Amino acid sequence: MSMAVMKPGLFTTVQDRGRPGWRSLGVTAGGAMDSYALRAANLLTGNLPEAAGLEMTLSGAELEVREDLLIAITGANMTPSADGEELPMWRPVWVRRGTCLKFGTAVEGCRTYLSAAGGIEVPEVLSSRGTDVRAGFGGLEGRPLMAGDLLTTGLTEPWRSQWAVRWAEKLRRQAAAEGRRWAVPSWYALPEAYAGGGRIAGHHVLRVTAGAEYSSFTKASLEVFFSTSYLVSSSSDRMGCRLTEGAKLERTASGEVLSRGIVPGTVQVPPGGQPIVLGADCQTTGGYPVMAHVISADLPLLAQLKPGDKVCFTETGLEEAHAALVRQEAALRMLEAGLCARLP
Amino acid sequence: MSIPIPQITPLGDSGLLLLFDNSGEAAAAARCLNGAKPDWLLDAVPAYAALSVVYEPYRLNRLLRSGRLRLPDNHGQEGLLHAAAESAVLQMLGSNEWKGLSEQGRVVQVPVVYGGSGGPDLGSCAARAEMRPEQFIEAHAAAVYTVAMIGFMPGFPYMTGLPERLAQPRREAPRQRVPAGSIAVAGNQTGIYPFDSPGGWQIIGRTALQLFNLGTGSPTLLQAGDNVRFIPVQSSQAGWEEVSGR
Repeated sequence: MSMAVMKPGLFTTVQDRGRPGWRSLGVTAGGAMDSYALRAANLLTGNLPEAAGLEMTLSGAELEVREDLLIAITGANMTPSADGEELPMWRPVWVRRGTCLKFGTAVEGCRTYLSAAGGIEVPEVLSSRGTDVRAGFGGLEGRPLMAGDLLTTGLTEPWRSQWAVRWAEKLRRQAAAEGRRWAVPSWYALPEAYAGGGRIAGHHVLRVTAGAEYSSFTKASLEVFFSTSYLVSSSSDRMGCRLTEGAKLERTASGEVLSRGIVPGTVQVPPGGQPIVLGADCQTTGGYPVMAHVISADLPLLAQLKPGDKVCFTETGLEEAHAALVRQEAALRMLEAGLCARLP
Repeated sequence: MSIPIPQITPLGDSGLLLLFDNSGEAAAAARCLNGAKPDWLLDAVPAYAALSVVYEPYRLNRLLRSGRLRLPDNHGQEGLLHAAAESAVLQMLGSNEWKGLSEQGRVVQVPVVYGGSGGPDLGSCAARAEMRPEQFIEAHAAAVYTVAMIGFMPGFPYMTGLPERLAQPRREAPRQRVPAGSIAVAGNQTGIYPFDSPGGWQIIGRTALQLFNLGTGSPTLLQAGDNVRFIPVQSSQAGWEEVSGR
């Protein structure tokens, strides 16, 4: 066993890229809410993109390291520490067995990712190791972590990555020389997925494209939607980010909308008139009017919004949305190339 | 059979919403796309006459750059990748013979113990329809239903074809726990709960069939486009024997 869970944190699950491909049968795609952060963490530990890691929410876990590990921590800053010493994020970290990893409350962002070389080993269910808590499968028995859980990583098997082996060895020697239980390189990856549409006076700006019922909302409601500074509600979760404090959004058409397939990022407006932005665990179909869609490149930013944060929307086109996504993908590929070049 | 041309709009930057004339076309198109499944295509989700297609823009971009995709000269204001997705989907639908469309959908028989502890709302439903419970059962079991979509939870079928006089309002207060296998009606639809879950539909019976099972080939008993017949049985055991040949 590579890690023992001493405290699970508020809501910690095993997540990977999720299980798209089964939505026509009602199975949620799921996967890491902030797929950028999990991918970066996997790159920093020499993993393939499909490896599973831990997703912690708002308040993190306490883990006892049972074997020497190469890990990486990305996403929200939960002031992670190893035996009380603060650990840097967005870079590989070698930790010696017996070390206690502690994650506190998120000081910035909402979700933190922990990757370990070789990935978290749990059985694949419908081609994914990710946890679907509502359906009760995937991850650790389809549930969030509990105290007493034991996590296995690929470390017990031959590592897939020569890169991880060589960095672990180099950092192990560095730790010994420094007389510490952990070591990190001096370089780090730059998180590049959280700019969104910029920040205006402390508000995060999510870029959206028009949804199917966009033009059925009244002119006044469209104005409200794009000018309101919404508050992220505490009832937000992996299914959806619930927003409040906006004037009621109303449609000119009163007709009901028939259910159809929906995707993460969809901004739907239930009868209450306050928008909900769907998250990775959203249902496969929905029948609320769809105002807009948060662009894929801004889903990492959405994943990092926490209750109490202020957010507003700005409209963009598909061309710009695709360009932003291609830029984000290019940044990850640059990171990958840069890491390959840093083989010790 | 000629190819029905759907109306297509964007579903965000990684999806298309295709609107067909009826649920049969949408289900057939979903079977065609899910059967081919090129690497850039993640999901094709049919629901009534709509089909939501989810794609991976980055992979589609690669396909586009490889030159293997025919594009209309004039790709409109939605941008190149959206046009590429639209064109690739239409090409896939066009190359298919629409066998699935002309085929009579398969019929799945579902044995049901109506009423009793498994169907606590049968009496009130029958009363609203101004029928005796036996008449309600007979009418519900005489109809052939079509799965218009799977949604709400893995394997939950929304079925059309409920005789008009059996239509029911949703319960005013949803139940905290509806047991797996519960046969339910709401509005002019009928459904089956695959898992224990909260639910607001009227519960009229229960089946012993598993609607969702990870151990088998396809995890769900039903998919969109299937036809369903309910077979009244006296006990769940009898139900298994009666339909064991399905």
